[in-house]
Amino acid sequence: MALVKAEKLVKTYRAGEVDVPAIRGIDFAIDAKSFVAFVGPSGSGKSTLLNMIGCLDHPSSGKLTVMDADVTRMARRAAAEFRGEHIGFIFQDFNLIPVLTVYENVEYPLIMVQSWPERKRRDQVMRLLEAVGMAGQEKKRPDQISGGQKQRVAIARALATNAQLVLADEPTANLDHETAYRVIGLMRKMRDELGTTFVFSTHDPKIMSEAEVLFALEDGRIAERRAATPAPPQEKVAVHA
Amino acid sequence: MLNVLKIALRNLARFQRRTFLTATLITLGVVAVLLFIATAGSFKQMMIGQFTDALLGHIEIHRKGYVASIDNLPLNLNMQPAMVGKIEQLLDKTPGIEAYSERVKLGAMFSNFTETTSVRVNGIDPGREAATTPLMPGRIVEGSKASPLLKPGEILIPTLLARGMNVKVGDTIVLVATNRDGSVNGKTFTVRGIMEAVSGPYGRDAYIRIEDARSLLRMTQPEVSEIAIRLKDPGTLDATYARLSREIPALSGQGSTPDPAKKAAGAPGGGGLEVHTWAALSPFSHIAEMIDLLTLFIKIMLVSIVIVSILNVMVMAVYERVREIGTIAAIGTPPRRILSLFLTEGLLLGVGGAVIGTVISLAGIYALNVWKIHFDFGMQQGLVLSPSISPRDVAIIAGVVVLIALAASLQPAWKASRMDPVRALTHV
Repeated sequence: MALVKAEKLVKTYRAGEVDVPAIRGIDFAIDAKSFVAFVGPSGSGKSTLLNMIGCLDHPSSGKLTVMDADVTRMARRAAAEFRGEHIGFIFQDFNLIPVLTVYENVEYPLIMVQSWPERKRRDQVMRLLEAVGMAGQEKKRPDQISGGQKQRVAIARALATNAQLVLADEPTANLDHETAYRVIGLMRKMRDELGTTFVFSTHDPKIMSEAEVLFALEDGRIAERRAATPAPPQEKVAVHA
Repeated sequence: MLNVLKIALRNLARFQRRTFLTATLITLGVVAVLLFIATAGSFKQMMIGQFTDALLGHIEIHRKGYVASIDNLPLNLNMQPAMVGKIEQLLDKTPGIEAYSERVKLGAMFSNFTETTSVRVNGIDPGREAATTPLMPGRIVEGSKASPLLKPGEILIPTLLARGMNVKVGDTIVLVATNRDGSVNGKTFTVRGIMEAVSGPYGRDAYIRIEDARSLLRMTQPEVSEIAIRLKDPGTLDATYARLSREIPALSGQGSTPDPAKKAAGAPGGGGLEVHTWAALSPFSHIAEMIDLLTLFIKIMLVSIVIVSILNVMVMAVYERVREIGTIAAIGTPPRRILSLFLTEGLLLGVGGAVIGTVISLAGIYALNVWKIHFDFGMQQGLVLSPSISPRDVAIIAGVVVLIALAASLQPAWKASRMDPVRALTHV
């Protein structure tokens, strides 16, 4: 069953007097627990598509369903609640909150978005930090850890609320290759362990080969869709290395 | 809420210099206002005390029209004995009145046998006058202050008169007065003491015993020009004034309800008699109003300082953290929580400034009281500044600062909470 389903999805931006099409009527479906990549050059519509799936932006026309909810015209407050309940985000620049520690960054959505009790919160955060290989670094601030470590923390934060869908916009763009492979490997590992659907965008050919399902975007259209059979990440780089 | 507080505190700590400067500005504003209120209030109360405790009393009762022509000291507007008796009965049963003193006021010629000048004279009962205006004996700078302050045939004269007429304690002088029938009478007096002149009405008057005044004016019955009243608690002035304004006219058979507007202005109430507060009789009331106006102006300045500084720091905080706001909005933080986060930051700045400012102010007020700063006011010298501030004033100022800080944070916080996450995340 499709976790995300798009039908004739169109997104057009208005730049002054000119309409700029970003997504030009695409259809796709993403199955639950899959590991999906949207690939393509800059301006191909990857981020726009992820923003719409993440209920951060509305399609201009067409229909978009996420977890059986029609999010095409979802109101701002409802969209915020929906994101907080079902979707996790990983950003290219990590976007950790600088005044919070590693632990507090992962804990943040459990306090500010959902309201988990203290003990349950602590168990969840420690479990996730252990899973992403950041156990023992809880008290560090974001400026005290490396880029790869920041992205691990960001992955843990995205998974903190037990989101069924994690969207990652160019999660490896600011990382060196070795670290990028580790991060993608970690994302796959978390998918395997938790059954979370991961959808990420990239323009790095080596990284895109890690995806199980790949949509190649070109000028706002899906130019190619294929199911890949990637090599196990452990063969390239150990996830926790 | 505790978590919002924690994050807000850390955000403030993140921009230490800016937070420090803003909090310092608010603190200085609070200190300036509280110290001003304390010192100006102290000055005002001291001056009021000088007028009420040395000259006027808190409330005075006259025949209607007397105050309007008080410069002439009209003898035909004195209160008659029957009326005075009724007033005494009323005052004796009115709660909150500590003492009252009946006076006969007159204008006279003062002669040292070689020179003559005019003088205003108060005929008083020394014991009752000292009870009604307890600072009055303290004005005697030469001569005995022992009770009774005046014996029959004695006079207390102001320093300016003593100096100008070259009169000393123990000298004999003559007072010549015209009574209300136009006949002139003279009487010799011995100078019992010389009194320090003070600013304000009656500040340069001479004092004799009330029987001497009546004798000088050849009164056939014990008339009274005015009755000065001292209250146990000056804080009950308005209530006592309102009560007397209601009841005094009834004594003269012309009852009326005091007009609240007139009451506020300290204007006369009543029919054949009139009641005035000290404020209506003293030009210092205008200075007191000016002090209140200055205090209001200083408060407005404080509000402006808080608004500008908090608004500035919060606008900058939002502008610098656009991507961060985008992140927390993207991961599902409800707009109201983003709003509360930024409001809390503004609130903490306001609370911090108010608390530190209040502590410094109270310490400053304490220090001023310990150092005992002396100053002169008019002809009164060596007054000691004793600043004090009521908990109510402190609470109001601190409360206003906190509320203004909240209000000033509202617009930036609202802007942050309404931010489009996509735009915010791509903000450079």
